[in-house]
Amino acid sequence: MALAEEVILETQGLVKEFSGFVAVDGVSVRVRQREIHALIGPNGAGKTTFFNLLTKFLQPTSGAIFYRGRNITREQPADIARHGIVRSFQICAVFPHLTVLENVRVALQRKLGTSFYFWRSERSLGNLDRRAMQLLEEVHLEPWARTQAADLPYGRKRALELATTLALEPDVMLLDEPTQGMGHEDVSHVTRLIKQVSANRTVLMVEHNMSVVASIADTISVLQRGRVIAAGPYSEVSKNPQVIEAYMGTSSDSLSGGPDGP
Amino acid sequence: MRAQIALYVGLGLLALVAPFLGLYPVFLMKLLCFAMFACAFNLLLGFTKMLSFGHAAYFGASAYITGWLVTVQGWGTLEAILGGVAVSMLLGAVIGAIAVRRQGIYFAMITLALAQVVYFVCLQAQFTGGENGLQGIARGSLLGLLSLGDDRAMYYFVLAVFVAVFLFIRRIVHSPFGQVLKAIRANEPRAVSLGYKVDRYKLTAFVLSASLAGLAGSLKALVLGFATLSDVSQGNSGEVILMTLLGGSGTFLGPFVGANVVITLQEYLSDLAGSWVSVIIGAIFVVCVMVFRRGVVGEIQRRFGQRSD
Repeated sequence: MALAEEVILETQGLVKEFSGFVAVDGVSVRVRQREIHALIGPNGAGKTTFFNLLTKFLQPTSGAIFYRGRNITREQPADIARHGIVRSFQICAVFPHLTVLENVRVALQRKLGTSFYFWRSERSLGNLDRRAMQLLEEVHLEPWARTQAADLPYGRKRALELATTLALEPDVMLLDEPTQGMGHEDVSHVTRLIKQVSANRTVLMVEHNMSVVASIADTISVLQRGRVIAAGPYSEVSKNPQVIEAYMGTSSDSLSGGPDGP
Repeated sequence: MRAQIALYVGLGLLALVAPFLGLYPVFLMKLLCFAMFACAFNLLLGFTKMLSFGHAAYFGASAYITGWLVTVQGWGTLEAILGGVAVSMLLGAVIGAIAVRRQGIYFAMITLALAQVVYFVCLQAQFTGGENGLQGIARGSLLGLLSLGDDRAMYYFVLAVFVAVFLFIRRIVHSPFGQVLKAIRANEPRAVSLGYKVDRYKLTAFVLSASLAGLAGSLKALVLGFATLSDVSQGNSGEVILMTLLGGSGTFLGPFVGANVVITLQEYLSDLAGSWVSVIIGAIFVVCVMVFRRGVVGEIQRRFGQRSD
């Protein structure tokens, strides 16, 4: 059992009901500091709803969320980001009509405190460009700095999303299916990036691709029909018959980490 | 960029000599006032994707307040303009604070409903002159130095204000604030997840737009010498939407072009076609929406491969 002070993000009996339908049904998850924690489960298991609850895009019906021991259940989504919990989205979330550099700069700009200055030239943001370029280098996007984000290939958009998230220097990154809809090459590229940026950070990710999960996740929580049915290291969880059945519909084989996932 | 500057300079020179080309200055001033109104509206629709159905409220309220300050209170021209703008700013803050919490059609309906409230107040209140409106609003002078009674003097004053507003809107769009607005327009949930309290940014944009619409309204009251219910009516709100979409929302020159087209048609067709004017303008609008959705300027920019920001 993890020590209490090691737990950075914790939910207690989180419930979300949508007019009678219970999408998340008493989920208690503990995310420890500096781990990569994967949330897996079949479609409709409530993973994205759980994410939306964590980042306050949805209000829970009941239950509580603690961040560093503080109850954050009733806070606003923008405040959650300011505490250092930054999320990505299932659908790739870049700002399509801004350049790659501007995408990252928008994230950096808030701390400058001039974001309401409508009378000042945007050239005043120029001194953020160096830091923005550094972040782009981290995800190997610097050659595309002046490209419109809309024109990037999908895998690179995901990388840009990561760079934008990193710009906030988050303590906790919540990634919703970061490799969804990607080709094999992009998957391994983004997987490497996640591993790389997770140094000194906590990552909680929803992921379908079991080879990604197997290669980088420290801990796995398995969700089914809104409940956690198993939690622990990959080696243990992947042999759990209940998990295998939820995923494969049969308990004959252990979970395989094939490149395309189950 | 260079072509754009050349175009602006050309338009500016044309505007400077326009009164000497045999064009009626009052008509030109009316054009500029409605162009300013459309530019202010475009700040909201074009650059933040918020469709307000009640922008006449700010335009009209400011026209009334300026008219009342001049005729009843005896204020000077500049002070009366500022008074009108202050009221539309306040009105924008109140209506905006309610409306920005909702999106899409709900946002539009709230702005429409509250603008109707403003219309009703203007209809019932004593100081607005009810059905008759406020008549005989004198233009006065600029700080007692330059009399604006002369149409040409007034024209250059309105032109100067229009240019200032136009450049101000460009600055807003190309400012740190404008960057955040663009991000919100492109992907609001993502902007929230980066820690931006998007409602505050939207409200700021709303208040700026309402204030500039108010400025246009109070100038219009001074130019034509009256403020009436049609300034604050739903029809006026619809017209500014039409001007902006016709010219090209989200472009800087689009609303200016759209306002020119609509006001010119109204002016010249009203003699020829009478009440058929609104049918003709309506038909043009339908054609515009079906054939070139980006509006006149939007289509031109697309053809010539310019970025539409």
